[in-house]
Amino acid sequence: MNEKTVAGYCIRCNDQGYLTDLEQWNREIGLEIAEEENITMTDKHWEVIEYLQNQCKQGVAITIRKVGKSGVVDIKQFYQLFPNGPLKKASKIAGIPKPVSCI
Amino acid sequence: MDNPEKNGFKKMMLILSKATLENVYACFILANGARMEGIESEIFFTFFGLEAIQKKKLKDLHVATVGNPAMHMPTMLGGLPGMEALATRMIKSEMEKLDIPPVDEFLEILSASGTKLWGCKLALDMFKIKKEDLIDDLDGILTVGEFYERAQDEGTHLMFI
Repeated sequence: MNEKTVAGYCIRCNDQGYLTDLEQWNREIGLEIAEEENITMTDKHWEVIEYLQNQCKQGVAITIRKVGKSGVVDIKQFYQLFPNGPLKKASKIAGIPKPVSCI
Repeated sequence: MDNPEKNGFKKMMLILSKATLENVYACFILANGARMEGIESEIFFTFFGLEAIQKKKLKDLHVATVGNPAMHMPTMLGGLPGMEALATRMIKSEMEKLDIPPVDEFLEILSASGTKLWGCKLALDMFKIKKEDLIDDLDGILTVGEFYERAQDEGTHLMFI
């Protein structure tokens, strides 16, 4: 368990930078992580982040397939919004654990 | 794997030559997994692998129950009528539980994720398969040489299934 300062907030995260406590998350933190990942956040991005956080709170294991069926984005858009590993990057920005699914 | 640029793994090229469900899924999961890690991926469907992209056949792929020691059943039993269908149904239901899509939906996901899907020209000619018989999401028909041309960049890996 590591601690680091993101956007002026002290947060707990794992060694890959994923937050370990969603309660500590706020938009400013998400924004700074997105910047580190070279992603410029838009309303659509935040919509996806919110969806992922809700799924996580409900204890659902998140997969690309589920995101594609969410009605929030389709899979093509998801890859466009978060290039180079969308599920991992979006999860990191959302402050939820790194996805463990293979799909 | 958080930084694919760093470890130099940039592209995964898979050659699928079989149409048994277990091989098709292995191939698709590897291709999709690469995209999820930010790695490019392409699949070259050749020989029996072409069944996985033929509109009329792709929904009806089976698990091999004969000549498959991991099935843990006597080979003669595996050859009994209905055995393949039974094993296939079992595998498909287990897959669904893990949120692994059926073949047709999986192909759509791959295409939407940016995985390139190619048919092998020689195998198409050999089996007398027409382009119209293949899925609409196919990116094209290639010769082996053309497929290799796409594999020339540093950090490309090839795998035969």
